[in-house]
Amino acid sequence: MISRIARWFSARPRASLGALLSAPLTWIGTVYIGSLVVLLAHAFWSKDSFTGKVAPFDWTLDAFGQILGNPVYLAIALRTIGIAVLVTLTAAIIALPVAYYIARIASPRVRALVLVAVTMPLWASYLVKVYAWRTILQANGLLGWLVAPLGIEGPGLTEIWNSWLVLTYLWLPYMILPVYAGLERIPTSLLEASADLGGRGWVTFRRVIFPQLIPALAAGSIFTFSLSLGDYIVPDLVSDAKFIGNVIYDNSALGSLPVAAAYSFLPIAVMMAYLLFARRLGAFESL
Amino acid sequence: MVESPLVRAMLRIVTGGVLVFIYLPLIILAVYAFNESPLGGWPPTGLTLDWFAAAAESEAIRDALLNSLIVATVSMLLALVLGTLAALALQRYDFFGKNAISFLFVLPIALPGVITGIALQSTFKLFGISLGLHTIVVAHATFCVVVAYNNVVARLRRLPRSPEEASADLGAGPLMTFRRITLPGMRTALLSGGLLAFALSFDEVIVTLFAAGPGARTLPVWVYGELQRSYQLPVVNVVALVLVILSIVPVWIAQRISGNEAARGGRY
Repeated sequence: MISRIARWFSARPRASLGALLSAPLTWIGTVYIGSLVVLLAHAFWSKDSFTGKVAPFDWTLDAFGQILGNPVYLAIALRTIGIAVLVTLTAAIIALPVAYYIARIASPRVRALVLVAVTMPLWASYLVKVYAWRTILQANGLLGWLVAPLGIEGPGLTEIWNSWLVLTYLWLPYMILPVYAGLERIPTSLLEASADLGGRGWVTFRRVIFPQLIPALAAGSIFTFSLSLGDYIVPDLVSDAKFIGNVIYDNSALGSLPVAAAYSFLPIAVMMAYLLFARRLGAFESL
Repeated sequence: MVESPLVRAMLRIVTGGVLVFIYLPLIILAVYAFNESPLGGWPPTGLTLDWFAAAAESEAIRDALLNSLIVATVSMLLALVLGTLAALALQRYDFFGKNAISFLFVLPIALPGVITGIALQSTFKLFGISLGLHTIVVAHATFCVVVAYNNVVARLRRLPRSPEEASADLGAGPLMTFRRITLPGMRTALLSGGLLAFALSFDEVIVTLFAAGPGARTLPVWVYGELQRSYQLPVVNVVALVLVILSIVPVWIAQRISGNEAARGGRY
């Protein structure tokens, strides 16, 4: 019986395609896209100020008015985007020498070892890594203990720079790996040609290596930027400066769901713009 | 050699420093798990195994671990089935709108997790669906599909069609060809995709916090709650260390898979 059905399908490619696609497409289409539509609709629905319940299909622009009328929302947006950009730049600056070492300096045995060493923490629990930094940064933690003899106090768990540090730590491997792959693709002969033509180390890097690494850097930056932009756990656990994600999370739990939904437009729009920008730099060929 | 000895030495030092930066927090965590003092300052006051015993006896941890395993297993299976079907469709057929559909499957990980989380939560609420393990599974399966899909698509791209055609020529029906030729060809891709999906689900907290009801706690949700309350951090230290050690397992399995593939001449 089953093989009969299979035979019927194998003679009809259109029907087979439909059968294969129907389940995954229904799932993503209804569960994911459907949810996104519901979320974005919430931004235009009103909230009963007495019960706090959302009134579906009661259309209003109140949530947007609340966000635009309060400068805190703008400050949080700028802060989040700023830190996400900073994390991306820092990760790129750290990733370049490390990836260069792995790709061109290390012996094959060391290369394999360092690659595993860089990849392994990606599998370690995200929350555990954030927690590890929390224990280091807290007032009586390792960092405070190290700088105490110098007469300096530890950072404590309030500084916004803690978020920058921890997010860079978390997403750094996502930058190292594509940059390493990009460096692998540059033939040695090209670097030798540059040296023969009188290009010193820095000139060769700036004019030969770096331009060819732009797609790889753009690919890595999609991860570092997107993951930093949406994070709300790191800012909550290691600092007291709220991010876009905190506004959305806090409002979904206790505050106003329409405000959370309206504010969600921001990271979606920023991410869409960033993906277009990264695609122009050739990121998608490097993923 | 294009690089001067000085540059080489500097690159070596920077890489060493970055590796220390990457591993130092994990080492600190391991030390804390054995710290006698329940207050958690640095340096540790003494060594003890008491917190391991306390963690082993905790019913809340056991429940959370069990929930995590259930959610990760079901989400992985769902993602593997949906991802494989999508991969077969998009790799083997040409049709209008193909690029748009492949973009759809990537969207759940391209957009920040907080968006996925709140979108699903507001939908569950709107339709009166109570939050629990089932809603966590729905959320996890949604972003795990892309992991399974990516792995299987990459494999199908490299898999030659000729053995399938030979199988058909020799009289095998489509079902037998799939079972005897296509499926074995995809086996390691399914394994590594499943592994990745499982690990992703087991670890996820950003979307999970939105999809989890008050009663349904996975292990990361339990850890997050404890971090906010700070009542029993020594036990959290132990759970954290165990999670870090457990994370070596998938790396080890992945190495075994790729090692075996290399040993077989890189055929699949």
